[in-house]
Amino acid sequence: MAMKSPSVSIRGLALSYGAVSVLQNLDLDIAQGEFIVLLGPSGCGKSTLLNCIAGLLEPSEGQVFINGKNVTWEEPKDRGIGMVFQSYALYPQMTVERNLSFGLRVSGLPKDEIEKRVKRAAEMLQLGELLHRKPTALSGGQRQRVAIGRALVRDVDVFLFDEPLSNLDAKLRAELRVEIKRLHQKLGNTMIYVTHDQIEALTLADRVAVMKSGVIQQLDDPHAIYNQPRNLYVASFIGSPTMNFIKGEIGGTVAAPSLALGKGDVALKSYASKKKLGVGQKVVFGARPEHLRLNAGNEAGLSDAFDAVVDLVEPMGSDSLVWLKLANQMLSARVESSQIYKPGEKIKVRFRVGLSSIFDAQSGERL
Amino acid sequence: MAKPDTLTIEPSGPLPRPMFAPGRVMIYAVLILTSLYYLIPLYVMIITSVKDLDAIRYGNIFIPTANPTFAPWVKAWSEACTGLKCSGLAPGFYNSVSITVPSVIVSIAVASVSGYSLANWPFKFGEFFFTVLLVGSFVPYQVMLYPLVIITREMGIYSTLWAVVFVHTVFGLPILTLLFRNYFSSLPPELFKAARVDGAGYWRIFFQVMMPMSVPIFTVAVILQVTGIWNDFLFGVIYAGPTNYPMTVQLNNIVNSLQGVKEYNVDMAATILTGIVPLAIYFFSGKYFVRGIAAGAVKG
Repeated sequence: MAMKSPSVSIRGLALSYGAVSVLQNLDLDIAQGEFIVLLGPSGCGKSTLLNCIAGLLEPSEGQVFINGKNVTWEEPKDRGIGMVFQSYALYPQMTVERNLSFGLRVSGLPKDEIEKRVKRAAEMLQLGELLHRKPTALSGGQRQRVAIGRALVRDVDVFLFDEPLSNLDAKLRAELRVEIKRLHQKLGNTMIYVTHDQIEALTLADRVAVMKSGVIQQLDDPHAIYNQPRNLYVASFIGSPTMNFIKGEIGGTVAAPSLALGKGDVALKSYASKKKLGVGQKVVFGARPEHLRLNAGNEAGLSDAFDAVVDLVEPMGSDSLVWLKLANQMLSARVESSQIYKPGEKIKVRFRVGLSSIFDAQSGERL
Repeated sequence: MAKPDTLTIEPSGPLPRPMFAPGRVMIYAVLILTSLYYLIPLYVMIITSVKDLDAIRYGNIFIPTANPTFAPWVKAWSEACTGLKCSGLAPGFYNSVSITVPSVIVSIAVASVSGYSLANWPFKFGEFFFTVLLVGSFVPYQVMLYPLVIITREMGIYSTLWAVVFVHTVFGLPILTLLFRNYFSSLPPELFKAARVDGAGYWRIFFQVMMPMSVPIFTVAVILQVTGIWNDFLFGVIYAGPTNYPMTVQLNNIVNSLQGVKEYNVDMAATILTGIVPLAIYFFSGKYFVRGIAAGAVKG
C-alpha cells in the first residue's frame, strides 16, 4: 500500500460504561480502499468500535480520524460514512425508493441528482423492479441489498457493515458475501466489516482484526491469521474444527530443538520459530486438522509417527473428519473422503511440523 | 358424543372435533351468560328511556313498552334542568368537547416527544426524570387538588375551561410519557441509528421515522385520554366553574335533582347520551387498544 494518509485512523480509543471497560486504548490504521474485518465473539467490543467510528457512540477517550480529519466530535452524517445494520433497519413505512433517497432528501440534494444516484444504486444491486415496494414485501436478501444501497447512494468514502449477513440463511449469506466482495472491487471504497463468522472474515478481508475483550489480538491478512496465529486465543478462535492442541516440552539441544510429546519426539528442524526455543520450556503444540497425516510414510516435513486409535469419523462430503485418540487426547484430522477409516482402527499419525504452531504454555504467545 | 374409534379409523388429516363437545358447550354457556349479565343494565336503560312515566310506574322494568316515545331523549338533551338552568345536557356536551379535544392533543403531543427523548436521546439525569415520572403517575389526585386550585387561580384561569384543560394535561403526562417511552424503546434501535447516519435530526427522526411506526400507541393514547377526560367528574366540578361544567357534572345535576317528579326515562336517556362517546371509541378501536397495550408491555 502506498504511503497515502490512512482512510480511517483510530488513536487510543477507549470506551467504558462505569466500571465496565468495553474498549481499551485501541489503535488502528486503515488504508484507503482497504477491506478490514473486525472479528470476534459476541461481547468482544467489535460492534462498539464500529459504532464509535460511525459516531453513534461517544468514546470515553481517544480520537477517530477519517481521511485525515479529526471527526471525534462530529455528527454521524458529517463523517462521510454509510452504514449497514444486521437487522436491515429499513424505514418500514417508506418504499424502497424512499428508503434509498431518505438521506439525500435530508441533505437537500437537487431532485435530478437524487434520481440519478438512486438509479445507479438500484442498477448495481438489481433493485430496479423493487423500487416501489415496501420493505415488508421483500425477502431478507432483498432487504439487505436495499440497506447496502442506502449506504451506496450517499457517495461516501467509508462503508461500515455491522454483521450484515447474520440474519440471512446460509445460501443467501454466501451469495451476498460474493456480492459485497464484488462491490468492493468495483467501488474501491474503504470498508469496515464486523462479523463473528470467520468464513466471512477470511473470504472478504484484506486484513482481519481478531478482537477479544476490547483488545485487538492480531491484525493481519487472512493467510497469516489462519496459518501464523499470534497467540493461543487467535489459534483456537479461527478454524473449524479448532486447531489440535497438545501440551509438550522443548527437548533436544538448542541448535537442534525437538518437542517432547508424551511418547515421542517431534523434530523442529522445519519449524520457523519467531523466538529462541529454550530447552525445557513448557509449550503447547498446535496443529490444524489438515496438518495431520494418517498412515503416511516418512516424507520430508513430517514428524515421526505416533500410535493412535480412530474414535469417530464425520464424512463432510468433500473431505472427512477423523477423530483420533492419541495418549488419552482427542485430535481431529482432515482426510480426503476417499480414505476410509473405521472406529477402533489402529493408525499412525504424523504432523506437518512446518505448518504447525508452537505457543508458550504460560503466556500463550507464538514462539 | 363418543370419541371416534381410533382402532378402526386410520388417523389422517385433522383430528375430528364434534360440534357440541361438552367442553365447548360449557365455554359458550358461560360466555353467553356473562355477556347477558353485563348487558342487562344497558337493556334496562334503553327500554326505560323510551317509556313514558305511566309505563314506568307499572314497575316491570324488563318489559319494553308498546308505544315508545323519544320525548325523554329530547328533554335530556335540550330541556332538562341542571340546577337553575333548564337547557338540558347540550351545553355540557359542548363543554366536554372543548375540554377533551385540547387536553388530548396537548398531552399526547408533549408526552410523545418526552417519551421519544427519554427512549432515544440519552441525556444527563434522564434516568432521574424517568423515576420522577414513574413516581408521579402514582401520586393520588386528591393530594394535588387544593395546590392546583391555587396554581390555576394565580395563573388567572381558575373557573374557566382552560383550568380543566391544564389540569387534565398535567395529570395525563406521567402515564402517557411512560407509555410512549416504553413503546419507542421497543422499536429496533438500528432504525434510529440508520436515520442518524442518514443525517436526520431530532425532529425529522421523530416525525418521519418514529411517528409513522407508532400508530398503535398513538391510538391507545387517544383512547386512554378521551375516555379518561370525558368520564372525569372531579376536575370538572372543581376547576371549571358553574357555567363550564362538563357533561358528567351536568348529568349528576339532572339525575340527583331532588325537586318535582323523578323522571327515570330522562335520567336514563341522559346517562346513555353521556356515556356514548367513550362507548363508541371503545367499540371502533378495541382492536388497536389491545394491540397497543400489548406492544407497550413487551419491553420496559
